Amino acid sequence: MVLFGVLIGTLFLTTRYGAITLSLDEISTSLHKWISGNEFQNLNERIFLNLRLPRAILCVWVGASLAVGGTLMQALFRNPIVEPGLVGTSSGAAFGAALYFVLGATFHFNTGEWTLPLVAFLGGLTATLLVFLLSQSKDTGKSSVVLLLLIGIAINAVFISGVGFLSYIARDPQARSITFWSMGTLSGANWHSVMIVGTSTILCILVALRFANQLNALMLGEQEAIMLGVRINRLKLIVLSVNVLMIAVATAFVGVISFVGLVVPHLLRMVCGSDNRHLIRNSALLGGILLSLADLSARMMVRPAELPIGIVTAFVGVPIFIVLLRRKNYIF
Amino acid sequence: MLRAENISFQIGKRILLHDISVDFSSGKINLILGANGAGKSTLIKILSGMIPPQSGNIFYGNQNIKQIKPYQLAQSRAVLSQNIDVSFPLTVWEVVLMGRYPFFRGAPSAKDKAVCEETITYFDLQEFRHRNYATLSGGEKQRVHFARVAAQIWLPQKQEGNYLLLDEPLTFLDVYYQFDFMNKLCDLVKMHGWTAVGVVHDLNLAGKYGDHITLMYDGRILTQGEKASVLTKENIYKAYGLYTETVLENNSVRLHF
Repeated sequence: MVLFGVLIGTLFLTTRYGAITLSLDEISTSLHKWISGNEFQNLNERIFLNLRLPRAILCVWVGASLAVGGTLMQALFRNPIVEPGLVGTSSGAAFGAALYFVLGATFHFNTGEWTLPLVAFLGGLTATLLVFLLSQSKDTGKSSVVLLLLIGIAINAVFISGVGFLSYIARDPQARSITFWSMGTLSGANWHSVMIVGTSTILCILVALRFANQLNALMLGEQEAIMLGVRINRLKLIVLSVNVLMIAVATAFVGVISFVGLVVPHLLRMVCGSDNRHLIRNSALLGGILLSLADLSARMMVRPAELPIGIVTAFVGVPIFIVLLRRKNYIF
Repeated sequence: MLRAENISFQIGKRILLHDISVDFSSGKINLILGANGAGKSTLIKILSGMIPPQSGNIFYGNQNIKQIKPYQLAQSRAVLSQNIDVSFPLTVWEVVLMGRYPFFRGAPSAKDKAVCEETITYFDLQEFRHRNYATLSGGEKQRVHFARVAAQIWLPQKQEGNYLLLDEPLTFLDVYYQFDFMNKLCDLVKMHGWTAVGVVHDLNLAGKYGDHITLMYDGRILTQGEKASVLTKENIYKAYGLYTETVLENNSVRLHF
């Protein structure tokens, strides 16, 4: 409840401040015109309705997706160092995007504004499927979770090298696009992306909440969870699919944003424990808040230009994270 | 009643269980004994449904385990194993509440909470309930899990009573808590009519508390029955290769090594 209030407050801040500061009047009249369907909007009102508001909302969806993805993956792998990109989703998406930046024009692969999200999504999906297929081991008898983790690391390395290779052969402006995209930016936000990312985020969180108890049971280990009636393979499949959908869709629109998925679950575990029922809901809220604040600082610090948001999340997130981890009363 | 019928299990060419048939009756403490590698833990895993047998059948009451859905089985069968590590900070209360997970989706009902309160009281864990599980000692952790497992099968589901399987539950307990644990187990089994089936290593504890003993050797059942008839010098020598003296007094068998 507190988090929800903070989220609303943050939304207010992020929509009001930026390259230019909007007055409260302008916000209220533009909201009013929006609801009543009034098309006659002045410049500031249009900035609010067509740039600030979709960007702020997209930011919340993406932050929620990343944080919930992190929570789910940490619970599934029973490992606090896991982040949502672990199964290859975000590096695959980055590779897809790089492919488009460098070779898109040459091969005339272009379907308008949707091309970049589409190739990024496909890249993320491909990498993730590759990780899953390679980690299927019926006969080796190895612990499938550890195998999945290691294959994930390997596939991530391959795709990151792929991005590196593409930047190497790219011309300068292309290389800049790749760099910018792999550090994340929300500047492309519009109402379409808000709808699409919003749908996947809400859907996935609702599904995840249904499996919160089973993920809790998994904290005792796979065998104990099975003995509590959990169908473990079904649980893995569902949670991984949810994570891939959420992360691939979010990454496809805003690029790779690191660290939110890792930090948010830890912050919450310290404050309100590890019960996934609360953790999933709260990490959606806190993820939204933190990413909104990060986006606000990314826009404010070098105004009127923008920093890539991934830089802000890493520079602010890492020190906080390390301080928290070193606290005595956080035992994991 | 829990029954194993002609259970066999092998990994590669190594036969772990060879045509095992045994009945475990309710309201009794049934103990499985045998040297390392005799197949005790494998048998417990198959009995609990964690791994399916390659041939043979397991019956809970008169229901074949193959016909019971995992969550239904979890409502009447609990398993206590050893050395469970939790990957994230959890309070003792949260761990105990997990015993009720087969019964609720979303939030626990008042009944689920009441059951957990009862088991927490029963196992003297009131002072620990808000403690982080990871900060407890090995013995305290095992008590928490006993409370969790008890909460899982605290309320009767069917007429024949619930099932408790124990896989070396005493490993990390000191002598005092080993006896404390077995006394509590005895009381609970009598009180709730559970069918308790467990693997233990301490032959004297088995001789004191076991109602029915299954002695295994090399994937087969050497002998089974009342403790006085199973825990004899000859059988112990066959199973463990150890010479012992056995004394029967006050309905408990004592072994001198």
